[in-house]
Amino acid sequence: VENVRLLDRLSSRKATLGTLYLTATHVIFVENGSETRKETWVLHSQISSIEKQATTATGCPLLIRCKNFQVIQLVIPQERDCHDIYISLIRLTRPVKYEELYCFSFNPKLDKEEREQGWKLVDLNEEYNRMGVPNNYWQISDVNRDYGVCDSYPTEVYVPKSATAHIIVGSSKFRSRRRFPALSYYCKDNNASICRSSQPLSGFSARCLEDEQMLQAIRKANPGSNFLYVVDTRPKLNAMANRAAGKGYENEDNYSNIKFQFIGIENIHVMRNSLQKMLEVCELKSPSMSDFLWGLENSGWLKHIKAIMDASIFIAKAVAEEGVSVLVHCSDGWDRTAQVCSVASLLLDPYYRTMKGFMVLIEKDWVSFGHKFNHRYGNLDGDPKEISPVIDQFIECVWQLMEQFPCAFEFNERFLIHIQHHIYSCQFGNFLCNSQKERRELKIQERTYSLWAHLWKNRADYLNPLYRPDHSQTQATLRPQMAPCNFLYKFWSGMYNRFEKGLHPRQSVTDYLMAVKEETQQLEEELEVLRERLANLQKSQLNDNKVETKQQDRSKQFGLSASNNSLANTPQEYSNDLKSFPSRSPSQGDEEDSALILTQDNLKSSDPDLSANSDQESGVEDLSCRSPSGGGCLPSEDSGKDSDEAVFVAV
Amino acid sequence: MLRSSQPLTGPNRKRCREDEMLLGTVLDEEDRGFIIDTRSAQAAKQARMTGGGTEPKSSYPQWKRLHRPLERGRPLQESFVKLVEACNDTSLNMDRWLSRLESCRWLSHVKAALSTACLAAQCMDREEASVLVHGAEGMDTTLLVTALAQVILDPSCRTLVGFQGLLEREWIEAGHPFHLRCSRSAYSHARLKQEAPLFLLFLDCVWQLSRQFPFSLEFSERLLLTLFDNAYASAYGTFLCNNEKERCLCKVKENTHSLWAWLNQPGERKKYLNPLYSHNALVIWPSVEPQSIQLWQGLFFRWIRSSQYLDEAWAEIQQLVEGE
Repeated sequence: VENVRLLDRLSSRKATLGTLYLTATHVIFVENGSETRKETWVLHSQISSIEKQATTATGCPLLIRCKNFQVIQLVIPQERDCHDIYISLIRLTRPVKYEELYCFSFNPKLDKEEREQGWKLVDLNEEYNRMGVPNNYWQISDVNRDYGVCDSYPTEVYVPKSATAHIIVGSSKFRSRRRFPALSYYCKDNNASICRSSQPLSGFSARCLEDEQMLQAIRKANPGSNFLYVVDTRPKLNAMANRAAGKGYENEDNYSNIKFQFIGIENIHVMRNSLQKMLEVCELKSPSMSDFLWGLENSGWLKHIKAIMDASIFIAKAVAEEGVSVLVHCSDGWDRTAQVCSVASLLLDPYYRTMKGFMVLIEKDWVSFGHKFNHRYGNLDGDPKEISPVIDQFIECVWQLMEQFPCAFEFNERFLIHIQHHIYSCQFGNFLCNSQKERRELKIQERTYSLWAHLWKNRADYLNPLYRPDHSQTQATLRPQMAPCNFLYKFWSGMYNRFEKGLHPRQSVTDYLMAVKEETQQLEEELEVLRERLANLQKSQLNDNKVETKQQDRSKQFGLSASNNSLANTPQEYSNDLKSFPSRSPSQGDEEDSALILTQDNLKSSDPDLSANSDQESGVEDLSCRSPSGGGCLPSEDSGKDSDEAVFVAV
Repeated sequence: MLRSSQPLTGPNRKRCREDEMLLGTVLDEEDRGFIIDTRSAQAAKQARMTGGGTEPKSSYPQWKRLHRPLERGRPLQESFVKLVEACNDTSLNMDRWLSRLESCRWLSHVKAALSTACLAAQCMDREEASVLVHGAEGMDTTLLVTALAQVILDPSCRTLVGFQGLLEREWIEAGHPFHLRCSRSAYSHARLKQEAPLFLLFLDCVWQLSRQFPFSLEFSERLLLTLFDNAYASAYGTFLCNNEKERCLCKVKENTHSLWAWLNQPGERKKYLNPLYSHNALVIWPSVEPQSIQLWQGLFFRWIRSSQYLDEAWAEIQQLVEGE
């Protein structure tokens, strides 16, 4: 459809004219104009809702909201076209079969072996071995080898040595969804462990010998402690209500030597609503500080993030400081349990703060343990009540920690944002379906590609320049400050306002420092070479000079230096109530007579192409595009890479 | 950019030829200028009753008046006191923290100050028009706006030495009454009538700029914190008294040492430099969206929060940029 306008959220006057395309997998908007044919590509999987708004004189507005928080406002000239697009999008964004998803047609031009290698990058067996199991206290069990005991668990689980198959099966019958207690994390320094399960089907008074034995076995697997923490991550009221339905929580009287603890994190419905409210705040036009702070508090979002963090800190402390094992569960053990176990592991073990370790962590606690990706993130059209930003919250917890401990993580914010993006994009097969069983039935690994391989290939983009493996922050358990600490939780505008360029610093400190680091390394290598040469030569005068000038020129070599014009930014609308000024000279030449436009509308729209949102892959019509990298990589939004883009001319 | 105090129009709409001529000389015949009045239109009008007022359009035809009310005086001090209280309140739960923060209004003041300074900058840079800034007395919000606008517009004000010059010019020599304004700070029970944290508000706004433009200021947060400290209590005479006249009478220059002299010593000065600094010749336009304005943790949680991890990060940055 031609002559479609794409509106800018912050400045309603800024609209770009272009053509809208709908393909089997994407919505594409291509800007008119000879200089920059900027493209905006949106995967259907990313679209969370489409809203057709009332037709105005200028056309029919269509609002597309995405799961990665991009909001696209289009104005379609003809009502009929708008309706067609709307209907088509409704159908395209609600796939009924997995085969409709992009990952089955995505072709990064790798051969079969490379695809296989990609899937092998993360190996959970290796991970458990790294942790130190199997050992004297823990063994691997194949009781679930055909998913016969629990269909949402993996085929291989780690259980205490003293837990026989009989105990496991018995316990599974007493747990919601058969999700019996299994090992999530083992601390080899003190034998304390984090185990996870679902709620027991205890009702008001039911008991199960095998389940009680299972917990005993977990306790005994840690000789350093004579009790076990059982942490229920639900609010007490919810857990109690579950008893009426024949489920509930562990009674300290029935289970020997447990200390039971509620750490209330709200359920998926509360979280869904919380995110919804927060996004509404983000969509406010020119909010005041009050609007924003009130809105943010009303949403409760940061409160929930903190609740997840607090629960994780409790568990990490229990393991690291008290040396006590913890069994964590919620209702079904696949949402809050996953969040809390993975954050706790991250706090405890520096390995999970490396890039590879983080991928492993997600594979372990989210993918293998049956987090319901399909239901939660809407791969396929399903029950809207199952949708909830569970993994988003986990990812945000990691970001909050990165802000508190800037040297502790090998990866940077962009890594997190891209992972979140691809959880929803369905471009790769890692996050499809609801369980390992379903993925194997669909032969995901033979028919799709792994995100991890893709990220790993581009890992240079995701490094944190401040990370050093031997740094004090990276070594040990992370200990976030406890009270007072409310102020430590910040609003993550990099994620929730990701596509609003005007909000973010134009200069990426991360990119700059990475460039400095690279340059330093290169120079050091050169220095080494030259030193060697020096030692081999008789006369050294000429070479001395060369070495010195190279060092001085270092700052000039960075294409990212701040004095580069492309980093110029533009004023936002600081005032919007100026009236016309009578004695204006004709030379002012404003187009619109009515308002004194104190914005940069009059200037050429030649901002650096920061939001090159296009996933340019082969197999899709090849439109000319300025995106710096091809082959399916999501280009970075930070300004650093685009320093060769169209230059904004400052006054 | 010019600054002044309010014209003494009074209830009878007095005129002053000389004042009109003075402002007339600033503009060429076909030019226009903007007057940014840091009081609300209503407050400015009410000021007439006590002898003050605004520039009537008929007498100053080339000047367009814009009102951008900025908080000052007692309410600003209250805002500061409430914020510090909130920051120190350990009983505050997460579900009340943001509304408590909001009720202090401090961040709203930061947003308003930045917006107004940006407006002044825009008038000059985009409209190529002259700007006159004044409030009532011309020594509080006026200086906030003119000083901040210069940091936004002028790269030389963003260097360490240029920033010091800016402070000297726009705050000290311009007659901001430091002695009255920076007296007891936030903890004192004595609520002095003349006390108000305008200078702190300015420093907060500069910190916001440094966060949004991490490469563009030559100095670091540490300088801003040091300035905050010295405005209230100092071993140096730089921030003493209320104006040049008082400083003369007290013979400040003869009897005290200058803060700048100490800061600029080679050994001292490097502590205040921003390792990421790279001269940016352009105007820096901050975002004043609420998401872009953050609570200055380094100041308000200075004694509450462990800065260890952030200090380590800065040390790391320093090392990376400057080499081993």
